[in-house]
Amino acid sequence: MIRLLLPLSLAVAVLFGVSLLIGPARIGLADSLRALMAGGDSPIALVMREIRLPRALLAVMIGASLGLAGAAMQGYLRNPLAEPGLIGVSGSAALGAVIAIQTGFAASFFLGLPLAALSGALLAVLLVMALVGPRGTSLTLILAGIAVSALAAALTSLVLNLSPNPFAASEIVFWMMGSLEDRSMTHVWLAAPFMGLGLALLSTLGRGLDALTLGEDAAQAMGIHVSRLRLQLVFGTACVVGAGTAVAGAIGFVGLVVPHILRPFVGAHPSRLLWASALGGAVMVLAADIATRVVLPDRDLKLGVLTALVGAPLFLHLILKLRKERL
Amino acid sequence: MTVLSVSDFSVTLQNRGVIHDVSFDIGPGEFVGLIGANGAGKTTLMRAILGLLPHGGLSSLAQLPQAARAGHAAWMPQMREIAWPITVQSVVMLGRIPHLGTLQKPGADDIRQIEAALARMDLTEMRHRPATQLSGGEQARVLIARALAQDTPLLLADEPIAGLDPAHQIATMQTFAALAQQGKSLLVSLHDLGLAARHCTRLILLGNGTMVGDGTPEEVLSPETLAQVFGITAWCQHTDQGFVYQPLDVIR
Repeated sequence: MIRLLLPLSLAVAVLFGVSLLIGPARIGLADSLRALMAGGDSPIALVMREIRLPRALLAVMIGASLGLAGAAMQGYLRNPLAEPGLIGVSGSAALGAVIAIQTGFAASFFLGLPLAALSGALLAVLLVMALVGPRGTSLTLILAGIAVSALAAALTSLVLNLSPNPFAASEIVFWMMGSLEDRSMTHVWLAAPFMGLGLALLSTLGRGLDALTLGEDAAQAMGIHVSRLRLQLVFGTACVVGAGTAVAGAIGFVGLVVPHILRPFVGAHPSRLLWASALGGAVMVLAADIATRVVLPDRDLKLGVLTALVGAPLFLHLILKLRKERL
Repeated sequence: MTVLSVSDFSVTLQNRGVIHDVSFDIGPGEFVGLIGANGAGKTTLMRAILGLLPHGGLSSLAQLPQAARAGHAAWMPQMREIAWPITVQSVVMLGRIPHLGTLQKPGADDIRQIEAALARMDLTEMRHRPATQLSGGEQARVLIARALAQDTPLLLADEPIAGLDPAHQIATMQTFAALAQQGKSLLVSLHDLGLAARHCTRLILLGNGTMVGDGTPEEVLSPETLAQVFGITAWCQHTDQGFVYQPLDVIR
């Protein structure tokens, strides 16, 4: 356990440092660190504290959120293909953001876009829980999630379709690719309480998820309140994914791939996978965000595009490996 | 003193009465076999007794708060689900969950229970193998061991010996009988009437959602009941090897 957590924590720390040191403004190592620590009104301090620090912080927060939510979702559904977006929260948060961009609410008010996205996420989670009902099972949760996702996707398309303004449409398309560029500390402070609440809700699920390895009946007979666990899972996921989507757009594949990669290293225990995936998610998003700045520094490569580009082949590789094992 | 008390019990699923008028008590040291044809309601009855289904009437177990229930009864469902490739030992360890407080690590007592359960089910040698790589029968033994590790006064198991090889079927029934002799109580559904007759101290026979027999194996497995409920004939005899029961023919 320690053998895995230590290198992952180290990787997070190193990548966090690297993320702080990379950017279009060429600032020396010593200068940037001094400015970060000392603060002040110098332009370097401003770049460090107002541009790079929030970017690196958001990468860690969003990565950890997606990793943890992915591990929890896979554990609850007992399915390695589950991911946090499954319950329709990210799609609905995106819909909220899209409506905000289209109506001009996002432009008229600084936090208009993230707040609209958060409202979308909240609506989605209420709708999903109403559809699942108190005696629902994991299957009803999947179905409700698919229904809400599909509805959100359809409405997003409708907004794009009817958009009279091509600039708004292209802004929407770019926003939906997900990025951490030009985020401020305000975004960090907006996402932090939701993510904190979500992480607290999700991180206590470990024992219940372990028991669920043997199915819902067996877990219930072992004293696990499965319906309470589901409620905690859905609200926790909605908090972290909704807040993440609100400040950075849709970033796919992290919650799907990270738990999958780390599972063999924790003996497949759902409880141990939670924290490992949180760290792994932070590593993946930090690394991908650094890559967007290093690979094509002038072309504004989007973070969500990169995670999907890296995630999809990785996933294919895992499928091929699985196929070999089954033979 | 009773370990489980069920009275005027009924279960209605989708407006269809599945179980009705079931009443029985199970005392300490009883190894009760729950028998009946496919679809007679064995699984439904056990799940409802555990409080996993809405029901009418009384079940002393379902009345307990959920945490207390997990300390009183262990449950092995018919669906043998092991979702992740965790080791055999880890699966058995899950049985200790009801005994651990939040964030509490397993202690010496937990380890002892796990070792005993592994040894009882003949799993010590494969304890470090991923449970998902085992055969169906081996997985069933792992899940029985998991239920044993929960160390409860009452054990409910739904067709635990289905799919096991003959030696492990007999060994499992002997393990259950030994647990009953130590004062534990068991309610186990099964289809092998020969093993049920030989090892159970008492049989409860379900037919069409209600109890049609309750007593010692010899009382319950009478030729008339067999013909009526299962539609079969059988040969049974007290021998110097114990009570032997062998189903023979289907009555057409």
